[in-house]
Amino acid sequence: MDILNALVAFLNFVFIPAAAYGAQLALGALGVTLIYAILRFSNFAHGDTMAFGTAITILVTWGLQSLGISLGPLPTALLALPFGIAATALLVLGTDRAVYRFYRAQKAAPIIFVMASVGVMFVMNGLTRLLIGVDEQRFDDGARFIIAVRDFREWSGLVEGLALRSTQALTVVVTVIVCAALFWFLNRTKSGKAMRAYSDNEDLALLSGIDPERVVRLTWIIAAGLMTIAGVLYGLDKSFRPFNYFQILLPIFAAAIVGGLGNPVGAIAGGFLVAFSEVAVTYPWVKVAGYLFPDWQPGGLLQLLGTEYKFAVSFVILIVVLLFRPTGLFRGKSV
Amino acid sequence: MSDQDAVFGKRGNRDLSVVNPNGRGTIDGTRRSGPVRQGHAGDPFLIGENMTGGYGKGADILHDCTIAVERGQIAVIVGPNGAGKSTAMKAIFGMLNLRKGSVRLDGRDITALNPQDRVKAGMGFVPQVNNIFPSMTVEENLEMGAFIRKDDIRRTMEQVYDLFPAVAAKRRQAAGELSGGQRQQVAVGRALMTQPSVLMLDEPTAGVSPIVMDELFDRIIAIARGGLPVLMVEQNAKQAMMIADKAYVLVQGANAHTGTGHELMQNDEVRRTFLGG
Amino acid sequence: MSSNRQAAASSPWRAPVLFAILAALFVLEGTVRNGMFSGSWNTSLAILNMGLISAITALGVNMQWGYAGLFNTGVVGFLAIGGLAPVLVSLPPVEGAWAAGGPRLILSLLVGLGTLALARIVYGRTRKVWTVALVLLVGLVAYRWLFDPAVTAIEANDPARTGNIGGLGLPILLSWLVGGAFAAAAAWAVGKVALGLRSDYLAIATLGIGEIIVAVMRNEDWLARGVKNIAAIPRPVPYETELQQNPAFADFAAGWGFGVAEASGIWVKLCYMSLFLVVLLVIILLAELALKSPWGRMMRAIRDNETAAEAMGKDVTARHLQVFVLGSAVIGVAGAMMITLDGLLAPTSFNPLRYTFLIWVMVIVGGSGNNWGSVLGAVLIWFLWIKAEVWGPNLIGVLVGPLPDGDIKAHLLGSAPHMRFIAMGLVLLMVLRFAPRGLVPEK
Repeated sequence: MDILNALVAFLNFVFIPAAAYGAQLALGALGVTLIYAILRFSNFAHGDTMAFGTAITILVTWGLQSLGISLGPLPTALLALPFGIAATALLVLGTDRAVYRFYRAQKAAPIIFVMASVGVMFVMNGLTRLLIGVDEQRFDDGARFIIAVRDFREWSGLVEGLALRSTQALTVVVTVIVCAALFWFLNRTKSGKAMRAYSDNEDLALLSGIDPERVVRLTWIIAAGLMTIAGVLYGLDKSFRPFNYFQILLPIFAAAIVGGLGNPVGAIAGGFLVAFSEVAVTYPWVKVAGYLFPDWQPGGLLQLLGTEYKFAVSFVILIVVLLFRPTGLFRGKSV
Repeated sequence: MSDQDAVFGKRGNRDLSVVNPNGRGTIDGTRRSGPVRQGHAGDPFLIGENMTGGYGKGADILHDCTIAVERGQIAVIVGPNGAGKSTAMKAIFGMLNLRKGSVRLDGRDITALNPQDRVKAGMGFVPQVNNIFPSMTVEENLEMGAFIRKDDIRRTMEQVYDLFPAVAAKRRQAAGELSGGQRQQVAVGRALMTQPSVLMLDEPTAGVSPIVMDELFDRIIAIARGGLPVLMVEQNAKQAMMIADKAYVLVQGANAHTGTGHELMQNDEVRRTFLGG
Repeated sequence: MSSNRQAAASSPWRAPVLFAILAALFVLEGTVRNGMFSGSWNTSLAILNMGLISAITALGVNMQWGYAGLFNTGVVGFLAIGGLAPVLVSLPPVEGAWAAGGPRLILSLLVGLGTLALARIVYGRTRKVWTVALVLLVGLVAYRWLFDPAVTAIEANDPARTGNIGGLGLPILLSWLVGGAFAAAAAWAVGKVALGLRSDYLAIATLGIGEIIVAVMRNEDWLARGVKNIAAIPRPVPYETELQQNPAFADFAAGWGFGVAEASGIWVKLCYMSLFLVVLLVIILLAELALKSPWGRMMRAIRDNETAAEAMGKDVTARHLQVFVLGSAVIGVAGAMMITLDGLLAPTSFNPLRYTFLIWVMVIVGGSGNNWGSVLGAVLIWFLWIKAEVWGPNLIGVLVGPLPDGDIKAHLLGSAPHMRFIAMGLVLLMVLRFAPRGLVPEK
């Protein structure tokens, strides 16, 4: 039974949280990687745009809740999500029109786009603050657990409990659906292929009759969807604090780069790699070890790094991967 | 060059974690097309007439340059390095600002159209370099060529594969993995997929081996004999003139000699200066 | 797009005039009391002092960006690590801390660094990943075995008041140099890795190291008490209370028509200002001299044509590393100065938006590549940043005045201070678009 207990503890404290976090990072990294592949810069406003989309979704959620509309066991935020995506899409399209398009027409160096995205980051940050303030907000409702610790103990007879929060399951399910839809779109539809063509060779795409501005608009809309979904899932799973959304930029960038910037498969793999390493390195393994090796009395918690240093983990993974594979795990655009 | 580029683009930043230089374009895709006007009576099928202009705000590269191609013919542009051959092609395709002159296709004046709309108007263009989508399969490359078409493209694709059997065998392979000659074939095939009414090739044989070059020339002749007018820039002046119905010798962005390929081959001055005796 | 093309050759009066306008703003802040200005010299000088520190930070960033195009997104980290220096150098030693675990702590840190170096050597010799992993694992275990008890012992030493390793009791001005050295060391480590890769990954690497440095300072209580903060950092200038008790100073203040409390504040701030100005001018002088030296010419050659410079045998990566380390050292000095000015090290205050990206706004608004531009941009943007917190609500107050009282009005008024983020973003975007060369263009 001890092995089973160890397994359950591992699932409960490492696997499930890391899978949910990895899914959120993967969605975020997909957005970064798409913008990098097609608009050719790393969007520093990514985290703050995620926060904006989430803030809109939260406001709509509150509105729906006050009208007494709910989704039963599912969080109301799912119902509000389309509004959040639409608002974010409008915002990023507006930003593109007002800011980036000018530089695109000039064929300006990509670093200018990066600088502009810093300006956009400030504006989005301010907008989010205006909308919802800087405080922590919780907006999950519906059923909290799919598997509750006590039920699991009674059912299995194990000492260790297993909890699966509905937001965690929801995160993974939504991510799988979104990723499948995105890959279908990119590989099977004409518009998706046009996006890949534009990413490969901008001029030739144009010479094939692909309207570059349409590709760019499509990219922003998809990115807005990915950002808002990632932000809402992260907020449902943990909580919404605008500053956390700024900080999540580092693991998201790390995930995108580790996977190979510009490569969507890489972004997903990178997201999960970063998340699993982060959780595994900061988890105190003493409990799992106690089940596996009952006779061993380790001195400490068997925790490689304190949870405060989880950002260090994404950084170290990033460096290690780049040292051995400069183009990322999956060949990215940054060869 | 814009002010932004002068300040930001030239600082030596090469940080690939924030910028992606791969596949960057040079053509402004945000420019909108102007109106299409009536062409002149008795025009050749495609003509760029009295073209004068250069890139951006830079100095003029073309000076009163005229290039034309008739239905069912091959026209070639030859000339020394830096004579503005590729520039003339790009001017016809709307990739630089013409200060003077006009471009007319099939009885319409398309001078004001942007490159995207010229594709829709029936022009097909194969650039000299970066003329494939390297990470996409051969088949996807061809599909992208047919992007503007709404009808069934399978027949055209089969025709392209018949024309280039070597790439047909590799249709599921990424185009970037092919050899230089095969890439060139994919590039031409992509342009044919549009079912253009005129095909423009910018040095299609640059950087390929002599055997592959001969094969490519054969294919180009086959395309032209199929009824599609071909306008191309060529480095290998001798071979080009041999297959050309019409040849233009450019020097410093202006027409120096014009005639059938045969005529120019006979012209002493042309022979001496460009064909090596 | 000639309509927004900035004149390449700008008037030689441009910079002096702009600096004069800037000075006028500070004079207004010091003398006029209305909806826009406070009319207090204390406020005015406080903004100026922090502005000068921002200016030095901006100079550091400008060296990296202006001379080599390096995009440093971890400014906050280099400021923070510089800020550690006053604590470790100038604070009086903590009684018993060294005896509790000092030597063991030092040893553990050496073991940690040694492990990394050894891993690097082993990898260079054998190219076997598993051997390296083994070295790292053994090293990590040894490090933790040494480190953890030492830290526990130090932190157990009077945790309510200290619990940290303490300082050396050396002069505070010395700590400014040490702060630069700390930041330079951190920059060397980051740059060595990030610039040595096949292509640069400096932006993401600095973003990471910035977060890590701040996280270390927040959580390693033995170092600088973490979030419990360190206060009462020694000063290079007199204390206000000392001045107030000095009758000679009271007379002096009365002579100028100031109350003694106000005058003491102004005097202290003027002392700081002079110190900061000296540092600023020395750094600008050195930077300008360096730029005119053969080394600077080489840097410009590399910047203008990297390929050609490489072909001529210049080691571009090594030059970039040099500039990166130098720029970070300047940022580190600024960090130490900032902590000295505040007299307080509060790791939670290190916010990347404020300490990294706002500095970037300063550099770009001032003029990429121009040292005086960076100074002007830094002081101006800092002034606006502080004043926007006041102006925003005033402006909103006027705008929503006609609205009926209610939730919306309250919300708008409450969130008005956040307007400055939007304002700064817009300033950056406007400058990028319409005056990309900045206020004082590069020559």
